[in-house]
Amino acid sequence: MQNVKIVVTGPFNAGKTQFIRSISEIDVVNTERKITSQPEKIKESTTVAMDFGRITVDDDLILYLFGTPGQKRFDFMWEILSEGMLGFVVMVDSSRPETFREARRILETFRAYAPTPYIVAANKQDREDSWDVEDMRVALRLDPEVKLLPCVATDKEKVKSVLLELLYGILAGME
Amino acid sequence: MALRGNLRDITIVQILNIINLAKKTGALVIKTSNDQSQIIFREGKLIFAKMGAEDNGLPAILQRGKKISHNQARLLKEKAGNMTDKQLGLLLINAGYVSQKDVLECLQDYYLSVVRRYFNWVEGEFAFEQNVLPPPDKIPVKIDLENLIMEGSRRMKEWEHLQEEIPSLEMAVRFADRPGSNLRNLTLSLEEWRVVKYVNPKNTLRQIARATNLNDLEIRKVIYSLLEAGIIELIRPDGTRFEKIPSILSTKSKEEQRSLVTRLIDRIRSI
Repeated sequence: MQNVKIVVTGPFNAGKTQFIRSISEIDVVNTERKITSQPEKIKESTTVAMDFGRITVDDDLILYLFGTPGQKRFDFMWEILSEGMLGFVVMVDSSRPETFREARRILETFRAYAPTPYIVAANKQDREDSWDVEDMRVALRLDPEVKLLPCVATDKEKVKSVLLELLYGILAGME
Repeated sequence: MALRGNLRDITIVQILNIINLAKKTGALVIKTSNDQSQIIFREGKLIFAKMGAEDNGLPAILQRGKKISHNQARLLKEKAGNMTDKQLGLLLINAGYVSQKDVLECLQDYYLSVVRRYFNWVEGEFAFEQNVLPPPDKIPVKIDLENLIMEGSRRMKEWEHLQEEIPSLEMAVRFADRPGSNLRNLTLSLEEWRVVKYVNPKNTLRQIARATNLNDLEIRKVIYSLLEAGIIELIRPDGTRFEKIPSILSTKSKEEQRSLVTRLIDRIRSI
């Protein structure tokens, strides 16, 4: 049995857990805790160690989706989670530009861990105050060749599109 | 869609880049703790700018551009009455006091100066309001943003360089045991003196910045110059480097890799 993994990372409250939940065949195993610190209290609970979801491909292959904790104080976990990953998805909340710089920092950190393909998902595109994807590209300082896709983590089809684009990128990198 | 946020997260250069690339028309309103400005663009070009309560009438702008004297500006303001800038500009040009080129250059310089002030700002709410145009009594110009973006990028590089040198304001500084400069010949600026007063391993740079009323950029500039002069040393936390970890695919042949990824693609498509 072969296990492969894709890491879903991004700033706090970017929608990582929801992204995995939308596509995982098992209930996402998560380690959420109630939030006690005030600045982070824009949602009731958050991931403190990791989430993981699973997609069984066939008898011989399982894809695991690992979600990283978004808060900076847990970033010691990132390196462990990134070990041997196939690629990674950086989730960014399109309606919270104050998190773009943090998203950029996380992206750079993961690129330093492993030279694997990645994709940026502009999440929460269904919100009225979300930024245009191309405006986000400039704000996030992404090169034109970096894939940046609109996403709504609650919509399974959108989540599939993001994962497929990442896998196409991985495949193209093998040519 | 919304283009709003804080200069803490998105720099003015990035905003200008977005406006330029998307050829946006509208007003960028920036609110800081002290002021509020309005910078207006038409199809990605800067056409007007206004800084808070600052006098942005034509006489004041011509005076700043040294085309008229202070007294002339005062007289013009008194005599112009209810004349608009457009009417006043025409009157001055027709009377031969200034040329059309003078007026346009002064306006361009002023509008550019308003934008440049934000190159060093690291805090301030902004919002882009689509399709807002300047008041009809004002004289719009047409300034390409490319040069401004390049100038801003250079300044941002300086900022990034400072951030690389001083990555965190949670670090502290102490006086160097062996100063790199001859202290007798050293001349410090007023800001440097103010910072030097607080050099102590117990004070973080953020605390010093707060005590001296300097923003993130200013404190980094001062600390960097003191570091360069060899007067102080940063007390850095231990840096850690990460070793690169090979992907699981690196242990497989090309064909096996392709097969594995193709199976993943087929499976996700089928969900």
